Amino acid sequence: MPKDGGIGASSKRREDVRFLTGKGRYTDDINVNGQAYAYFLRSDVAHGKINSVDTSAASAMEGVVGILTGADFEGVGGLPCGWQVTDRHGQPMQEPAHPVLAQGKVRHVGDPIAMVVAESLEQARSAAEAIELDIEELPAVMDMKAALADGATKVHDDLTSNLCYDWGFVEENREAVDEAIKGAHHVTTLELVNNRLVANPMEPRVAVGDYNAATDDSTLYTTSQNPHVIRLLMGAFVLGIPEHKLRVIAPDVGGGFGSKIYHYAEEAACTFAAKQLGRPVKWTSSRSEAFMSDAHGRDHVTKIELAMDAEGNFLAIRTDTHANMGAYLSTFAPSIPTWLHGTLMAGNYKTPLIYVNVKAVFTNTVPVDAYRGAGRPEATFQLERVIDKAAREMGIDPVELRRKNFITEFPYATPVAVEYDTGDYHATMDKLEEIIDRPGFAARRAESEANGKLRGLGINCYIEACGIAPSNLVGQLGARAGLYESATVRVNATGGVVVMTGSHSHGQGHETSFPQVIADMIGIDESQVEIVHGDTANAPMGMGTYGSRSIAVGGSAMVRAAEKVINKAKKIAAHLMEASEGDIELKDGQFTVAGTDKSVAWGDVTLAAYVPHNYPLEEIEPGLEETAFYDPANFTYPAGAYACEVEVDPETGKVEIQSFAATDDFGNIINPMIVDGQVHGGLAQGIGQALLENCAYDENGQLLSGSYMDYAMPRADDVPFYQVDHSCQTPCTHNPLGVKGCGEAGAIGSPPSVVNAVVDALQSAGHDVTHIDMPLTPARVWSAMNGG
Amino acid sequence: MELSDSKEIGAPPEEVWAALLSAEVLQASVPGCKELEGSPEDGFHATVVQKVGPVKATFKGEVTLDDMVAPESLRISGAGKGGAAGFAKGGANVRLEPSEAGTTLHYDVEAKVGGKLAQLGSRIIDGFAKKMAEEFFENFKAQIEGPAPDDEEASEEEEAPKKKGWIKKLVS
Repeated sequence: MPKDGGIGASSKRREDVRFLTGKGRYTDDINVNGQAYAYFLRSDVAHGKINSVDTSAASAMEGVVGILTGADFEGVGGLPCGWQVTDRHGQPMQEPAHPVLAQGKVRHVGDPIAMVVAESLEQARSAAEAIELDIEELPAVMDMKAALADGATKVHDDLTSNLCYDWGFVEENREAVDEAIKGAHHVTTLELVNNRLVANPMEPRVAVGDYNAATDDSTLYTTSQNPHVIRLLMGAFVLGIPEHKLRVIAPDVGGGFGSKIYHYAEEAACTFAAKQLGRPVKWTSSRSEAFMSDAHGRDHVTKIELAMDAEGNFLAIRTDTHANMGAYLSTFAPSIPTWLHGTLMAGNYKTPLIYVNVKAVFTNTVPVDAYRGAGRPEATFQLERVIDKAAREMGIDPVELRRKNFITEFPYATPVAVEYDTGDYHATMDKLEEIIDRPGFAARRAESEANGKLRGLGINCYIEACGIAPSNLVGQLGARAGLYESATVRVNATGGVVVMTGSHSHGQGHETSFPQVIADMIGIDESQVEIVHGDTANAPMGMGTYGSRSIAVGGSAMVRAAEKVINKAKKIAAHLMEASEGDIELKDGQFTVAGTDKSVAWGDVTLAAYVPHNYPLEEIEPGLEETAFYDPANFTYPAGAYACEVEVDPETGKVEIQSFAATDDFGNIINPMIVDGQVHGGLAQGIGQALLENCAYDENGQLLSGSYMDYAMPRADDVPFYQVDHSCQTPCTHNPLGVKGCGEAGAIGSPPSVVNAVVDALQSAGHDVTHIDMPLTPARVWSAMNGG
Repeated sequence: MELSDSKEIGAPPEEVWAALLSAEVLQASVPGCKELEGSPEDGFHATVVQKVGPVKATFKGEVTLDDMVAPESLRISGAGKGGAAGFAKGGANVRLEPSEAGTTLHYDVEAKVGGKLAQLGSRIIDGFAKKMAEEFFENFKAQIEGPAPDDEEASEEEEAPKKKGWIKKLVS
């Protein structure tokens, strides 16, 4: 019986009313009185020495307010990197300077060279064309392995090479893993590419900088997933503005998928220019700019080896990955191929020995950072692909091989430094096999064959880690930030509740799901609860939303603050009913005294808190508002099993997805409908990666997929009606809600399902194809079938 | 992108060579060329208007002639900036061989584009460059030979006086 409110109810997303009726207030909807418009002149070569930037003619053009170049930013800091990785030899990574506007060299197509501010965008753009650039083109560093060769052209002349770091994990396991692989009954090896992606949120990035000379306050409106983080990074590291003089507002944000976590040059440039020029400055990214200035995702090249005994028990895993950093280190880039990737290489399996080597490389491309899943999709893809190949080589059913190696006892400490608190991988696999009617596959394949199509079934598992924490651990791992979350629960005199959260909603539905928790705790209607987020002036210091952390970390902070509120309210209720505080119970919005028929309503207590006439002023303060900061004890570990059935046209190589099923264990669930939606979105992006999306550069560093003509986003007819199940629930053991997070699972678990299915289809027709690199375009599949 | 081809031209290599060094011939041969000034020694300054897929731009740039071995071979290179549209650059190694018809002109062309041209037009660049090269050498051949007497396309341009071949103009 579905609930009609509170935790577990599929409450309708209240924010959708404004999103779907055009009443959202996005950053581009914000216009500050007197604002001017910024246009960024960007490099159209991948690598070049800047001999001169002559702005004299452009500056004299009509409407131009001012032009800033790299030289104007010499007195301020560069864009900081928020994570320092230590390499195999105990040395810190190589960390290049990242100027706001290019200084000395341009290092990727899209690298901003000058910022033109004018009365209109058209005037700014025209003036940018009049800037005379003398840039001497240099050879572009594109291939990661070639970039590491002796004598290779360097992206950063002041670094010793293009190697950011050579990371080994766990380094102490290296020899034991080598030995285990040497002595194993069978070793399956797979080399693969995890294709570079562009996040493509529906709303491109926007920044509006404003400066009040009378108060010396700066305000930045920006499309961010974490306004407090931007305030800290931009204020403290780039512009030198103390936090009490800088307000960052991220209003409605139209999708992020990771790409709006980072502190970008345009944010700093608009804030800086507003003060320099004495005018509010607005910049709105075009879609073309987004392709060459939003951080990209993935871009790993990996060799993985899986060693087994004769029965198929996993003995050891060894991986060798080259991870593309792009031209500069984006805010969290170094952590993605390391702590969010290496730590997940155990997957759902009890492999005793694992060694992960990652070489992070600078190239003349757009910086690469977290994109939905961030490291975990890369880990899952290689592991679940190599297991599929191993099953075929060993002659073991791919599901049986996985089940044989499942971790079944919890907590489980993996050999890659994390401890899974809970899970039940057989349960999600059982459920998956049931809903996909696995025994019926043979008949479905026969039917496809009768229609001239090859049918394949791909099944895999995934595990991921959400709500990265605790802060003291991530600090040891190199994070230059804490990873707690905060919430203030403010109860108004008439009983309504406002929650100010450090989490940020940019599609996740927090305005609906967070009130469900509060409504349940107090026993009031969800409509009595409002969520405030996205403004550093209103919400307590928070770390924002990414890594599927909002409900697990932000929701837990809210629960902690609400508990404080309820405890105080109980004291007030005890006073009003002249009872002992220990006997007070709160249920359905009524305080009662255990064992009596005395009661007082929630609203009476809240009124008393703010009109404290009959109130124990000597014992407790008036008012009803509490703040909590929550720092989790561990990650959470959502896990599941996915299955994809495809038909391949043997004549053309075109892949059509016939069905896709996802069984996820997300622990407890606040709003099942929102969880379904999160999984659906993730699956669409995972299927997009597997079949369609690819960010392509030519050998000179020119971005070839710079628009939707060449970068293929999934459309409605590319994806099936999903079968999504989250009835298998092993609640998280260490947060108060028992929740795990669901935002990225779909994008993490689905790419291997698609590729496994296509390989299965081709194998069924006798093609000796063991792997095809994503995206599985008709050309690639056809070539694989025809010996390419 | 790279491509190689050849053309038969009904004139001896010396005449073809002289045409290759002529600003007038080059301007008439480069598709979309609005202006071309300069000399073989100092290089030429050119303005070319072209539409590549969705991107239309005015390219301003330099055309230079190098490695000149008269009347056998030379290299023509050009680089043009199209403002917000990005840039295009390329070159052709040209070799002249005497033949029955007069001269066989061999060419190996390579072209590169950058910026918005690459981002929006990459799929069509190869075809575009091939067409540009073909048009250039076709125009060039027509400049030397003059239009064929039965050339129907030429007769469409009635308003222009019947074009003479470049050499014929020189000698008439």
